[in-house]
Amino acid sequence: MTEFLDIVLAASFWAAALRIATPLIFGTLGALLGERSGVLNLGIEGIMTAGAMTGWLAVYLGAPLWMGLLAAACVGALVGLLHAGLTVQLGLSQHVAGLGITLFASSLSWYIYRLSVPSSGSPPKITPFAPVHFPVLSDLSWIGEALFRHTAPTWLALVLVAGVAWGLWRTPLGLALRMAGESPQACEAQGVSVFGLRTGALMAGSALMAVGGAFLTTAAFDSFYFTMIQGRGWICIALVVFASWQPGKALLGAILYGMFDAFQLRLQPLVPEIPYQLFLMMPYLLSIAALVLVSRRASVPQALMVPYRKGER
Amino acid sequence: MRLERRERVPALALVAAPVAAILAALSLCSILIALAGASVLAAYGTLLNESFGGRLGITETLTRATPLIFTGLAAAVAFRARFWNIGAEGQFYMGAIAVAALGSINFGLSPMMEIPLLLVCGALAGACFIAGPAILKVQFGVDEVVTTLLLNFVAILLVSLLVEGPMRDPLSFGWPQSEPIIDTAVLPHLVERSRLHWGFVLALLAAAAVAFLHARSVFGLSTIAVGLSAPAARHAGIKVERVLIMAALGSGMLAGLGGAVEVMGLKGYVTTDLSPGYGAAGVIVAMLASLNPLGIVPAAVFVAAMFVGADAMARAHGVPSFIADVIVATSLLSMLVALFLAEYRVRR
Amino acid sequence: MTPALELAGITKQFGQLLANDRINLSLGRGEVLALLGENGAGKTTLMNILFGHYVADAGSVRVFGRELPKGDPAAAIAAGIGMVHQHFTLAGNLSVLDNITIGTEPLFALRSRRSRARARLHDLARRFGLQVDLDARVADLSVGEQQRVEILKSLFREARILILDEPTAVLTPQESERLFSTLRSMTQEGLSIVFISHKLHEVITHADRVAVLRQGRLVAERPTQGASRAELAELMVGRRVLHPSRTPLPPGRTLLRLQGVSAGSTGQGGLAAVDLDLREREVLAIVGVAGNGQAALSRLLAGLSLPTAGSIEIDGHHLRRVDPSGLQQMGLAHIPEDRHKEGVVSDLQLYENAILERIRDRRFSAFGLLRPRAARAHAATLIEAFDIRGAKPTTRTRLLSGGNMQKLILGRNLIEKPRIIVASQPTRGLDEGAVAEIHRRLLEARSDDAGILLISEDLDEVFRIADRVQVIFRGRLSAPLPIEQTSEAGLGLMMAGEERHEAGTA
Repeated sequence: MTEFLDIVLAASFWAAALRIATPLIFGTLGALLGERSGVLNLGIEGIMTAGAMTGWLAVYLGAPLWMGLLAAACVGALVGLLHAGLTVQLGLSQHVAGLGITLFASSLSWYIYRLSVPSSGSPPKITPFAPVHFPVLSDLSWIGEALFRHTAPTWLALVLVAGVAWGLWRTPLGLALRMAGESPQACEAQGVSVFGLRTGALMAGSALMAVGGAFLTTAAFDSFYFTMIQGRGWICIALVVFASWQPGKALLGAILYGMFDAFQLRLQPLVPEIPYQLFLMMPYLLSIAALVLVSRRASVPQALMVPYRKGER
Repeated sequence: MRLERRERVPALALVAAPVAAILAALSLCSILIALAGASVLAAYGTLLNESFGGRLGITETLTRATPLIFTGLAAAVAFRARFWNIGAEGQFYMGAIAVAALGSINFGLSPMMEIPLLLVCGALAGACFIAGPAILKVQFGVDEVVTTLLLNFVAILLVSLLVEGPMRDPLSFGWPQSEPIIDTAVLPHLVERSRLHWGFVLALLAAAAVAFLHARSVFGLSTIAVGLSAPAARHAGIKVERVLIMAALGSGMLAGLGGAVEVMGLKGYVTTDLSPGYGAAGVIVAMLASLNPLGIVPAAVFVAAMFVGADAMARAHGVPSFIADVIVATSLLSMLVALFLAEYRVRR
Repeated sequence: MTPALELAGITKQFGQLLANDRINLSLGRGEVLALLGENGAGKTTLMNILFGHYVADAGSVRVFGRELPKGDPAAAIAAGIGMVHQHFTLAGNLSVLDNITIGTEPLFALRSRRSRARARLHDLARRFGLQVDLDARVADLSVGEQQRVEILKSLFREARILILDEPTAVLTPQESERLFSTLRSMTQEGLSIVFISHKLHEVITHADRVAVLRQGRLVAERPTQGASRAELAELMVGRRVLHPSRTPLPPGRTLLRLQGVSAGSTGQGGLAAVDLDLREREVLAIVGVAGNGQAALSRLLAGLSLPTAGSIEIDGHHLRRVDPSGLQQMGLAHIPEDRHKEGVVSDLQLYENAILERIRDRRFSAFGLLRPRAARAHAATLIEAFDIRGAKPTTRTRLLSGGNMQKLILGRNLIEKPRIIVASQPTRGLDEGAVAEIHRRLLEARSDDAGILLISEDLDEVFRIADRVQVIFRGRLSAPLPIEQTSEAGLGLMMAGEERHEAGTA
């Protein structure tokens, strides 16, 4: 029992929780933007892979770290545009198109990675983001290590949560976006383009997802692996539902997830008699459990997954 | 741009769509091949030659198509009812591991008994693994896409646990793989001196059976009614929940069967890389066939050919073998557009 | 002075259907123009073109002398056109204020500023009698209030021309009067108004001028002063439609009895302790404004939901577990309100829809396998017997017109000789010919001893075929009244929740 307490009391546990949560925060915000406008973006897994690869490759080829993130965001936005072309312009099934995007973006990323970096024993490394040093705060003994030694993208993620929340609830654009997800007809009747809003939301959302992927290769780790994303995208989709499509709750969900993951990682060596795979399964099962938990009271955007076709009879 | 639904979809369009989609995908991907510094024509030549040239190529392609037919059928059966089972990968592994567990024990049965029993067990294992998402969907309205996707990771971890632990083959020199199945559990070869086995025939039979059920059975009409309009189906007295669960279980069984056949016909044991993504590829196969069970066979052969040929292309021309994944994924996206154009007319 | 609105040569084709054929129309300033036509005559299409939802194949729209760009609702709004659609374009989960202000602020402003909007809306509401709580969730408002929100939306955007599509379809007669007086006060401030209708009396009473549309063509245009109902009716329909007449029949024993039945949550479209008796050889109408529990009643009698209290009896048998096929086997036929969504699976072939409700019947399947030949033969019989025009058994069901689709739904039920028919809005959106046909079939079933429960919002329909009527309001049913003892005004008051006025005021 004391071992459990030790885990939770260690500053490194809290630091790890937020580090693990960071890509999920980006991904969940990205998925949330799309869904608020009425489009489920199942391309997320592939978009995160593409972001991870692009961000890493740009830095590997000599770009500064922030340019790496920017490159990832641009690639993400492009893939988001492709998604919008299929699901918004043509109104195709968001399930199938999204999966197609995931397969396409992941395989293309692998291909380009392999083309740029010939196969070798261990993947090449870059110098990742260093933690941001705050005077005084970062040097505090426990608090400093737990909360104030994060890399810049983590701080960016936290700022974005507030930004997206403000944007959705306090700005005309946010209202229009929510309206597109609730009733595209109402939106169009007021002269606001549903196609434009949804396309924009998908592009911005996909850019966020890609930055989440890039966080993994440029801040959390220092090289690119083929199985890098490991379902993180799908977990983001679950988190959006868990969060009832609200940015604040999405942050909470991502951090809870991060805490759980950090906890099981530290628990593994303590109980070697339990196969490690059981621990690794838990995050996935937990995500499913979370979905069941909120299933009854989920307030889904009314027009989610309903394609809007102008002038169809 | 305005879109107008066609009153009738020309029959020809449904055949032309996949062909056009595949051609579009191949031409788009030729850019990538050129990017790798290879001659596009030579590279595609190698690909074709490897996958269709000669007896070895053809049997190898058909061998690779076998699991794809099963996962493609799994997707088609579920998608027809608009149950988005994206977890064929996990169900495939469950079928495989069940067969590996039971097939490695000698019960003293003859092959005539052993093989059908094992196939049933594989199918049941696949069905069990989808039962959870199906019930959650029907009872609590939990989106099956996310649950089935997440369970894929759980399945692979479960297999990893088993092949590293209780089911590990002591003779594998530390390599994590299950004990091989006994001889009476092995599906015989179909063609001498090749890897092609009777599993391929089973896959064809499964496709025919699904095609028959879809076209002629009460269940077939019920699933399509539920898929096209659940409210109308419900109003007509069709038990929508039951149909969804049946379609989901049927889908899981087909995927599980795929895993079982792969172990019994080809591998003989299970590792964590038994499937190079047959689940996701099954979705592509099903979409290329517009969910038509008979169309799934050629679609699976196409996807298999890409994978078989890509390795040779990699060796001969230095094009990374991921090109196969890109071609296949691109053909899915272009198929979606092609189907759309078959259904709609674009007007100014 | 240039007219407020000028349409020239508007033409629009949907597939085979010529929805608008070279239509020329103009609207003067301060004028109320009625656009009269049957369902399917092309009125809504014309207005959607004007508003930019559809793009016309040919023709132009001029507003105060300036040509509007095609297919651009934002431009139409900017030019001063406001549109109130028949199916409101409101987001139910958002507030009234949200619904009104969306699109009125610069989209990329860093924050919304709502206080000025609030003040202006209060002022507008007072001026035109359009009071509504700005912070209420739209889904919590009544249909009449939602319509006020729609009108406020247009006024807020300084509309000079207001277009209303079938504005009275969902209102009680009294609410309609109130609406028209609001519209009148708007024209006094210089607004021009077009309203779409197929109700002759309101066209003659409330419009200055009327334009009649028939099968996509403008067939007449004249001042309402001096126009007669008979003349307009003939122009609108273009042929004589024989409406079936109801002959009194002695009702028989009770077929369907609801006692103290509650369902769903009251106040949100549920039912509260409802009593009802349907007898042989009668049409019992349940009439009310949309959203007062009709949907819950319809679902209940379709076997799609269970009552939370009370008992349902069919032929004296108390029902416990209900499901759609069980009710059907007891001889109850249900015609759902939404043909396209619930009545048929529109992407299936006609013959598949013809048997879908009886898919397990031995005529159509054996051992779980379908008998497609028998099904197609059955469909052919239906097509013949119920005059489903232009259809073959293998026709894709979505290609049927509304009337023919309804004949299919009605036919596949009537051919089984049901004892009870529950019909929810069976003629909504149909042209006069189809309406008469559906009514004739229902009355025939009535002569064949069936009892018909007609759930309707259309008082004309109720007065045409009902024997008795009960008013539904906030989930409660009034006591039944013989139709002879009611009047349109009396029912209207009851539909608005007023206590029942003296019977026999008709």
